[in-house]
Amino acid sequence: MIEIGLGHYLTLGAVIFSIGVIGIFLNRKNIIVILMSIELILLAVNINLVAFSIYLGDLAGQVFTLFILTVAAAEAAIGLAIIVVYFRNSGTIRVEEIDKLKG
Amino acid sequence: MIAHAIFFYTFSIIAVVSAIMVTASKNTVHSVFFLILDFISISCLFIMIGAEFLGMIMLIVYVGAVAVLFLFVVMMLNVAQQKNQWFAGQATSKHIPVGLIISTLIFFEIVIVIGGWKYKPEIFDINNSLANTSVSNTHSLGQILYTDYIHVFQISGMILLVAMIGAIVLTFRQRSGVKKQSYIKQISRERAEGVEVLEVQSNKGVKIDD
Repeated sequence: MIEIGLGHYLTLGAVIFSIGVIGIFLNRKNIIVILMSIELILLAVNINLVAFSIYLGDLAGQVFTLFILTVAAAEAAIGLAIIVVYFRNSGTIRVEEIDKLKG
Repeated sequence: MIAHAIFFYTFSIIAVVSAIMVTASKNTVHSVFFLILDFISISCLFIMIGAEFLGMIMLIVYVGAVAVLFLFVVMMLNVAQQKNQWFAGQATSKHIPVGLIISTLIFFEIVIVIGGWKYKPEIFDINNSLANTSVSNTHSLGQILYTDYIHVFQISGMILLVAMIGAIVLTFRQRSGVKKQSYIKQISRERAEGVEVLEVQSNKGVKIDD
């Protein structure tokens, strides 16, 4: 317990990943919280990559964490723009009222 | 080593609790604030474990840009009033047990994979890894980022450019009926279309706009 190893960081990543998945499924409020859950999932992936990179002594993991950071920022910007456009057109972003695609 | 353990447990407990609060909080603005807290504690973990550059970049990019973007959108869309409507009218929804089951399944799958992992013998010794090298983390990251991964780096720049253009194109709105100043119109105006010389007859005057 005291000796912090790779397994601790991987478990932390697993916990945050699962919380993100729970957030996507349980969400009844608005789509912004779903986007935040996706950010949580990407954060968990980053934790895994950085932990492996440090404990294996290989810097490639940190480089890929940088790229994941880039993609996450781009995804957040595009997703929020889509949400703004949807809200402008239909006046709501509540999850159960978004059923235009009859999904 | 004991300090490492204390810091790890402190920051990870803060991170997990704030991640739970992101999904469970009724007010969307509170969710954004908990997301910021989560990012800050995870970047503290990164700095502690030895990835200083990534921790700082995480602070700048997520806390400084992405979270503020979320806050702007939440305030712009006026969804902060939707509190107290959590599970409103949908208490018997089928999504909730299914979501819980799938999430716990995913968690236990990951834990089983981690538990059955065969580690390399040198992996637990953090002292022979990057920590004691004379080159700093930022320096060594830059040395491989700009040589081995230069193409991926350029492509990620292109991704950011495309995302920027996409966000602008999506939210741009051409409004009709708004009076705007147009330099081209003003400069290219000719005398013939602005002024007209009329011969005014006595006692009749000039009729405008006919």
